[in-house]
Amino acid sequence: MSRTDIGPPYFKDMLPPVIKENYGRWKYHEILRPGVLRHVAESGAEIYSVRVGSARLMTVDRVREICDLADKYCDGYLRFTSRHNIEFLVSDKNKVEPLLRELKEKGWPVGGTGNSISNMIHTQGWIHCHTPATDGSGIVKAVMDDLYEYFVDMKLPAKLRIALACCLNMCGAVHCSDIAMVGIHRKPPVIEHDIVSKQCEIPTLIASCPTAAIRPNPKLKSVEVNEERCMYCGNCYTMCPGMKIADPENDGVAIFVGGKVSNARTPPMFSRLAIPYLPNNPPRWPEVTAAVRKLVEVWARNARQGERYGEWIERIGWERFFELAEIPFTDKHIDDFTFAIPTFRTAATFKW
Amino acid sequence: MAESRTPLLDELEKGPWPSFVTDMKKLAQRKPAVQDALGQLEMSYRDKKGHWKHGGIVGVRGYGGGVIGRYSDVGDVFPNVAEFHTMRVNQPSGWFYTTEKLRQLCDIWEAYGSGLTNFHGSTGDIILLGTVTQNLQPAFDALSEAGFDLGGSGSDLRTPSACVGPARCEWACIDTLDICHDLTNTFQDELHRPMWPYKFKLKIAGCPNDCVAAVARADLSVIGTWRDSIRIDREAVREYADGGLDVERAVVNRCPTGALSWNAEKKELGLKAEECNRCMHCINMMPKALCPGVERGATLLIGGKATILQTAFLSWVIVPFMKLEPPYEELKDLLRRIWEWWDENAKTRERVGELIYRKGMREFLRAVGLPPAPQMVFRPRANPYYFWWPEELEGNGHKEQG
Repeated sequence: MSRTDIGPPYFKDMLPPVIKENYGRWKYHEILRPGVLRHVAESGAEIYSVRVGSARLMTVDRVREICDLADKYCDGYLRFTSRHNIEFLVSDKNKVEPLLRELKEKGWPVGGTGNSISNMIHTQGWIHCHTPATDGSGIVKAVMDDLYEYFVDMKLPAKLRIALACCLNMCGAVHCSDIAMVGIHRKPPVIEHDIVSKQCEIPTLIASCPTAAIRPNPKLKSVEVNEERCMYCGNCYTMCPGMKIADPENDGVAIFVGGKVSNARTPPMFSRLAIPYLPNNPPRWPEVTAAVRKLVEVWARNARQGERYGEWIERIGWERFFELAEIPFTDKHIDDFTFAIPTFRTAATFKW
Repeated sequence: MAESRTPLLDELEKGPWPSFVTDMKKLAQRKPAVQDALGQLEMSYRDKKGHWKHGGIVGVRGYGGGVIGRYSDVGDVFPNVAEFHTMRVNQPSGWFYTTEKLRQLCDIWEAYGSGLTNFHGSTGDIILLGTVTQNLQPAFDALSEAGFDLGGSGSDLRTPSACVGPARCEWACIDTLDICHDLTNTFQDELHRPMWPYKFKLKIAGCPNDCVAAVARADLSVIGTWRDSIRIDREAVREYADGGLDVERAVVNRCPTGALSWNAEKKELGLKAEECNRCMHCINMMPKALCPGVERGATLLIGGKATILQTAFLSWVIVPFMKLEPPYEELKDLLRRIWEWWDENAKTRERVGELIYRKGMREFLRAVGLPPAPQMVFRPRANPYYFWWPEELEGNGHKEQG
């Protein structure tokens, strides 16, 4: 029997010597160029980090490719960032340029630092999830292809964090991103009573509904749905495979904007609905990629230097944002869920 | 040339961003599971829907979580992904690796799984995608042999994660990596054996920039901060100004509390330390010149989660400042008290934030023994509907009358 509860490998065994020696004693850092950071310790020691975008979904072969590069240029040390980037940790200054050359030859994108778009946080989608309303890796690939110039350069007013969750469960916790794509359903679940009665725990299923739209159907040992109350979150399907929520004709992607997690200047903010629905259009989701690009560029054109997406909108007002972004404002944009009231305007001050 | 079996996915081989399709196609040449995973994904692209069923219960000996069961609903067409389970493997703090360790993982997953991975999952684990039930135990045995362990899944402590911290960041006010490692090891049972109402996430950020999104994504968010004054290197400030940074416009005018002032003539930055709310903006703008103070610790916040079920929450301040030094007993004790109260009071699938919303912050604070503080709220209540504790009233209030 193998050992259990041994915990993760000890991180200190994973650190390059220069990090071990200067642990907790870093003095400052600078971004030498997009994707290249230089951290300087109090001792004067330095380490160079080269940030590279990855697909997150990688084969062991690709991970080994990354290892080959880290062996060659980083004495075998690397890390990943909280946004799925790879960071090559280069202790020898003279190896930075050769690494960058080889990364370029091999087609790895270097960037994601400073006023750029970093890699996209995202979820599994159709490759491995059982409740997706859209794909993960495919849309990410299409969007990042399109926004590539903003990853490899730092020409935006501030940093821009884009994320995607393939259903409302939001495993990617996209709700505080500058731009967030969320897979959505638009119709109530179709109930398969034989599955519900055989495979599902009815009380748990009923409790899973945020709007109390599900009630028991004792005759069928199943449930029924008050369709007027259902807002298609799919939580019932997460609990019970008999609540078929997926609907290829109507599922799609919503886009939220203006969230952040950093405390810099303004407190963390939720992303808010900009575009209620775009169609699922694989393999490259042209409507979604075009909408995201437009959202990026309207901010880039109009925001002040250093202003995050949500800070920009809060300054100019959402009514102005919808106008500038050329997005029609609909009844979908006005909240009618649990905490709606504080979003209603209680002042006579607004713009036209 | 034979017609491609994945004409839709082939479109994702174009463009400058790394293509998972190209990557998978190469591995598919020697891994039938990857071949079939591509086939099924192509089918999803055609049908515009997923083809995975709800997971059955699968696992490894001694664990209640860490493995996600996954079965294809088109297993007859793609038999090599009929079973396609995920293993969550606990990452080292800060996602640091040696290539030796990564190669060991690759070899294990080549031998016992599909060879598909995520670096990393949303919670922070290494995700090993796709294997069959009978390979789970051998894969785990090999992982354990190599010094890896499983992460969390289901209603348990989910794998804690931390930002890069003091390993490579001058702003880390706490040792995020050590705290993450220590808590993960202290709470192995909570991590590996689901026993709670629902999941509980724990993330540790070294400063208020919160690079691990702790405030949005963790039930308990630990965010490094300091209590004394920002430290200023006046010479370095001057260098920024001389180097072309418009200190007044880009730094001083954007200070949210007006704590900074600028003497353009002398190129001197003034700071009213007591007005600073530690947002990090000025430090972010001038990392060579400004840095956090020396009295360091963390702000603890509770309740962060995504939208399901009642709404999304950002975490709420419950401890404005706590010193965090090994062995972090004060934090661990607080966590145990929080879990005890939540476990006793929550309904199934009720996150701790939702429970606090239902029961009231007042009840929560009393139950876990935390004193109220003005730092916990943006502003106090505007309604007169508040409760009194019996001991706060003369003659024990209504209870005596009843």
